[in-house]
Amino acid sequence: MKEILTVGFFIGLLSATLRMATPLILATLGETFCERAGILNLGIEGTMLFGALAAFLTTYFTGNLWLGIIAAIISGILFGLLMGVFSVSLGLSQHVSGLGITLLATGLSLFTYRQIIGSPKVPPTIQTFKTLSIPGLSSIPILGPILFDQYILTYIAIILVPIASYVLFKTRFGLSLRAVGENPEAADAVGINVFKTRYIALMIAGGLMGFAGSFFTLAHFNMFLYGMVGGRGWVSIALVIFANWNPTKVLWGALLFGGVDALQLRLQAIGFNIPYQLFLIMPYLLTIIVLILVARNASYPGSLLKPYRRE
Amino acid sequence: MRFPKFRLEKRPSPPTWLRIAIPFIAIGISFLFSAIIILLAGRNPISAFYAIFYGALGTRLGFMETLVKATPLILTGIAVSLAFTAKFWNIGAEGQLYAGALAATWLGISHFSLPSPIYIFLMIVVGFIAGSLWALIPGFLKARFKVDDVVTTLLMNYIMIYMVSAILEGPWRDPVTSWPQSIMIAKNAEYPKLFARSRVHFGLIVSIIAIIVVYVIIKHTKLGFRIRATGANAKAAYFLGINTIKTIILTAVISGGIAGLAGVGEVAGLHFHLTENISPGYGYSGIVIAMLGGLHPIGVMLAAFFFGIIITGAEYMSRATGVTSFIADVIQGITLLVMLAMLLLYEYRIRRVE
Amino acid sequence: MFDSNKEKPMEKILSMQGITKRFPGVLANDHINFEAYKGEIVSLLGENGAGKTTLMKILYGMYSKDEGEIYIKGKKVEINSPKDAIDNGIGMVHQHFTLVNPFSVTENIILGLPGEKATIDLEEAKNKIKEYMDRYGLHVDPDAKIWQISVGEKQRVEILKVLFRNAEIIILDEPTAVLTPQEVDELFKTLKILREEGKTIIFISHKLYEVLEISDRIVVLRTGRVVGETTPDKTSRRELAKMMVGKEVIEIISEEPPELGEEIFKVENLSAMSDRGYLALKNISFTVSSGEILGVAGVAGNGQKELEDVISGVRKPVDGRVVLLDKEITGKSPKEIIEMGVGRIPEDRMEAGLILDIPLYENLVVEYFDKPPFSKGLFLNYKEIKSYAEKLVKEFDIRTPHVNVITRTLSGGNLQKVILARVISREPKFLIASQPTRGLDVGAAEYIHERLLEERAKGCAILLISEDLDEIINLSDRIMVLYEGEIMGFVNRGELPKEEIGLMMTGTRKEALSEIS
Repeated sequence: MKEILTVGFFIGLLSATLRMATPLILATLGETFCERAGILNLGIEGTMLFGALAAFLTTYFTGNLWLGIIAAIISGILFGLLMGVFSVSLGLSQHVSGLGITLLATGLSLFTYRQIIGSPKVPPTIQTFKTLSIPGLSSIPILGPILFDQYILTYIAIILVPIASYVLFKTRFGLSLRAVGENPEAADAVGINVFKTRYIALMIAGGLMGFAGSFFTLAHFNMFLYGMVGGRGWVSIALVIFANWNPTKVLWGALLFGGVDALQLRLQAIGFNIPYQLFLIMPYLLTIIVLILVARNASYPGSLLKPYRRE
Repeated sequence: MRFPKFRLEKRPSPPTWLRIAIPFIAIGISFLFSAIIILLAGRNPISAFYAIFYGALGTRLGFMETLVKATPLILTGIAVSLAFTAKFWNIGAEGQLYAGALAATWLGISHFSLPSPIYIFLMIVVGFIAGSLWALIPGFLKARFKVDDVVTTLLMNYIMIYMVSAILEGPWRDPVTSWPQSIMIAKNAEYPKLFARSRVHFGLIVSIIAIIVVYVIIKHTKLGFRIRATGANAKAAYFLGINTIKTIILTAVISGGIAGLAGVGEVAGLHFHLTENISPGYGYSGIVIAMLGGLHPIGVMLAAFFFGIIITGAEYMSRATGVTSFIADVIQGITLLVMLAMLLLYEYRIRRVE
Repeated sequence: MFDSNKEKPMEKILSMQGITKRFPGVLANDHINFEAYKGEIVSLLGENGAGKTTLMKILYGMYSKDEGEIYIKGKKVEINSPKDAIDNGIGMVHQHFTLVNPFSVTENIILGLPGEKATIDLEEAKNKIKEYMDRYGLHVDPDAKIWQISVGEKQRVEILKVLFRNAEIIILDEPTAVLTPQEVDELFKTLKILREEGKTIIFISHKLYEVLEISDRIVVLRTGRVVGETTPDKTSRRELAKMMVGKEVIEIISEEPPELGEEIFKVENLSAMSDRGYLALKNISFTVSSGEILGVAGVAGNGQKELEDVISGVRKPVDGRVVLLDKEITGKSPKEIIEMGVGRIPEDRMEAGLILDIPLYENLVVEYFDKPPFSKGLFLNYKEIKSYAEKLVKEFDIRTPHVNVITRTLSGGNLQKVILARVISREPKFLIASQPTRGLDVGAAEYIHERLLEERAKGCAILLISEDLDEIINLSDRIMVLYEGEIMGFVNRGELPKEEIGLMMTGTRKEALSEIS
């Protein structure tokens, strides 16, 4: 018990929080973009898993981590396009389309991994990213190891937050995207191509989701495991609402949820007498509570879940 | 990006033959896509599909196994189908199944001395209630507070599965083997077998009864009308005097209970104890089955049987050819998407715009 | 084409030739030829469904034409999207505003405009917009959010949007439908300024006296064809009406009521909130007696929706009572209100009056299916339901091949008859009918009016809410005028001329009418 109260424990916890938050930040930023354009993309869980797989296999066969990331991003974009075909062009139920994509992407991940790798006694591993210490800054007491000794993917994720904010709120593209999400008829009436805008939003979203998936195999673990994403895609869905579709709030929400995740692992390692599953449950429970609290007051993008059809 | 321009024109009255044909067309198309994937894996799709059907239907053993797999699928399929009719998007059938399995196991490993018919009856009741309660929470939240049912039912799955895991690794851990599984349930709590030298069990009867009950509810009762009206247009239904809140909650409760029965069946009829992997995703398959079956009880039964074929056959196929059994998951995902797209065909005509 | 005031030829800026457009089951535009000139206001006049909006949506690229050609300034153009229309100098102000509610006025105006930089400079945009506001006399706070401003101001934003994109041809689709008379005057002033600047205004309307007031030229459409073209000085309201409907317009004058019976329905000190968070009904009280039609007159948005919602049971009032024959129905659920004998013909047919995706016979009994003979115990008696439905279809002349069809397939007039049949066949003591003939053709509307008068003759108390003042005047024994949630006064049949009622609708209390010059 007293291990918890040391400074070392906290530094480790906060450092891990940033790490665990990384895929959440990326995936949630992605989902924010497509929801702001009016599309709820439930394909996030499957896209992340396939991104993890694509990254793993590419790096396994080429030895190049960055190629792995590119593969993950491209696979994510492709699933985003598929979601676009179903929910934008065909105007089908976004719920079912997204679920179908998660089922498909998950099935394809399992199939592809087993078909190519088989089931060896010892699963293959790769050389992952190492954490990057920023010289000078990482020697600052306490803050140093927390903020400045992380994977490069984490730094990228954090930088993407203000970039996403800027794109959404300060550019013409962002204004058009938000208009499409609030009132597609209004956007159409001024000549904005609603379909094209939604497709672009889905591609950005998919790319970020695939990118998020690559974190699992290229940084966090060094192998591909079926349950890697473990429901974090669904947590992202709630996180978007929690963050009121605002990239900056996404960062804080991801840190909160990442913190719970990191805490649970640490308590397990210490040998806390409570079953670790209770902590695994916490993000889901927290998410449901968040959904209840926010459901009444959430300012959903006006056209979320409604397909747009023109005569 | 140049897409062909097309326009959707609503059909005045969709023809019935099309409604029946569409699932078959969907299956055909998804087989086509799966064949392409098998080809990309360097294998022969024809021998793979042949192996699937032979493995599932070609031998008595295979056929019996298909029925075994179909048993829980019929239940999750009809459970989801009922929920979807009211537009309660119950993605939580997996968790409700585990809830039912958990409750039935608790009853079963308590080893009460009860005569078999009573014990089995109580297993069913307890499993139904557990599944109901697990669906009641998201159902209530949706009906009363409009909290999104897709996400809540989904998250409830993870909570239940972790709870089961914690219990199986904790208080219910088998003391003899030390594995995370429960001890065996009482002999009197077991479902009887239906056919000699097979694993087909009483759960199949339960499934068929469930189909009939749901059919009667939807088509002939006041509740069924309320469910259909609420699903068609909840706002109008409320205006017209239907208590949509009560209807959605009732739907969730019945749907969850039926999914719970699937869990009871797997424990009481097949495995006789509870393990962490008691369901390899039957709850999620239920969604695809519900869609494929057009939310109609007979369609659901056929779709469930079809998926029983795919899952059983894929096992055989992976041993016979070099294609991994995960192709079944791929087929499942493709089928859902294709079926969804096919429904468009039912409602609309596609016209090219020059 | 010569302008009678200035004696020089007017420049033709638009020519639409042979425009044809088909929708499933209806020929919306039938080889229409339409022209417009620089510096004129031309009105497109016609009933609902005549094809005016369709024609203009084709011009604005929102619909695709099946046949025909469009020429702008003599050059043939292909308009396949609003962007093409905007590029050709065409702008459209729609009936239902196409504004993004959470955005500001400035953001709405610059939405979708191309620019050199990827980023937006709101300050610069605001300054440019202020120039336009001054030039055309269209003032709105550029930083206000759309959900905060009034309907008239929203329309000004829509017009500014169009001008900001250098539109030469400006289409206005039923612009006065939601405006108060003062706002209409403001709008007409603006249109005249625009005309002086050489803009072409195409004014879509079905309101005769407005069209006569503002137009230089009038083009009349009926069932997809051009049936007449004239100017205000060469025609009259009666002639235009004849062109619009194709026959002499017969007004229904209902007979004197036999005798006003007992008081059936009472509303006392009723106050209710709107969805937007302001008080929409402010302490109103009225009664309706047996055999009486009380008409509620007023421009849309003055509390009628909230009144209908409270009486129907879908909105709880914040104060006051609603009483039917000494029984409280305040705050009761829709089911209870139905069971107490209130008949409701709602304004929203698709989202309240009917469940479109179920069979017709189910819609005909949906408000009372849980009572015998339609059900027994847990089960429904479909035989009874279907035979009852067949009876209603025959009695109310609902055009359908059989009762099993999915309700959605019926036409607008028949859908309304379904609701009417369901409600009236239960012999309600009190009936609330809201916009009962909106969007219906003349034949269907007449049928609805006849049936309402029949109920009145049988002793039913009827509350009629309608934006169509002519309908109110024709049918009501008494008229109650609502303005901003308050009652401006009660007017007996024939007591006041239409203009006086119009004044009440725009905020003048009955007592104060004599003070208005």
